[in-house]
Amino acid sequence: MHTRRDVFLHSAKVAALLASVGMLPGMALAQAGAYNTAAFEAKNMADLVKALGASAPVESKDVTVTGPDIAENGAVVPVGAASSLPGVKRLLLLVEKNPSVMAAMFDIGDAIEANVSTRVKMGQSSNVYAVAMMADGKMLFAQKEVKVTLGGCGG
Amino acid sequence: MADPMRIRAQAAGGNATVRVLMAHEMETGQRKDSAGKVIPAWYIQHVAAQLNGNTVMTAQWGPAVSKNPFLQFVVKGAKAGDKVTISWVDNKGDKRTDEATVS
Repeated sequence: MHTRRDVFLHSAKVAALLASVGMLPGMALAQAGAYNTAAFEAKNMADLVKALGASAPVESKDVTVTGPDIAENGAVVPVGAASSLPGVKRLLLLVEKNPSVMAAMFDIGDAIEANVSTRVKMGQSSNVYAVAMMADGKMLFAQKEVKVTLGGCGG
Repeated sequence: MADPMRIRAQAAGGNATVRVLMAHEMETGQRKDSAGKVIPAWYIQHVAAQLNGNTVMTAQWGPAVSKNPFLQFVVKGAKAGDKVTISWVDNKGDKRTDEATVS
């Protein structure tokens, strides 16, 4: 006899299977992977690298981080990460002196250029990093100092 | 249900630049209200972008992304008439999906 629980478990397994081979685009959100809490709670670069299970990042000219030199409002700082190299799997945006280092993580598919921008909050003047995780496991980064005249972490 | 996103996708030179403006509080969980109580975190955790139904990008966000988040990316090979779908899920399980046509 199939209880609803069995059916649910079963369909979840099938969904996971399909998702793992990329057969289920509609399920993208459900299978986008568990939220990487450890990475988002990392307090510094070393913790973050550990949480991601990656190698230590190396500075590279092929990765660029865009942002203002001086941000008047730390609550809305436009930043971007880009790389000219092929084979970028992920782009990370990090703010060094925020309570949690990582602001955002983008999984770059084949159909996307390795160039994303968003806006982040910054508590104080700090270095902003763009980190590119390559298909071969390398981590490349670029940094830029952004001065904040008004912090964006409320209070 | 959250307010709709504003999505603009413009084709140029074989690629399409997609700009998204989402309506979300993006509360960090670090701020306090006037009574000194911490306002609980409330922010978008997952974002996914699809082109004509195929997922082209996913992202995970932390609370450091600004209120009413802005997102820009470039889809290779997208042309006018293609459908771009953006969805997000926040840490309370609230979600929203919106669609736009590349112009």
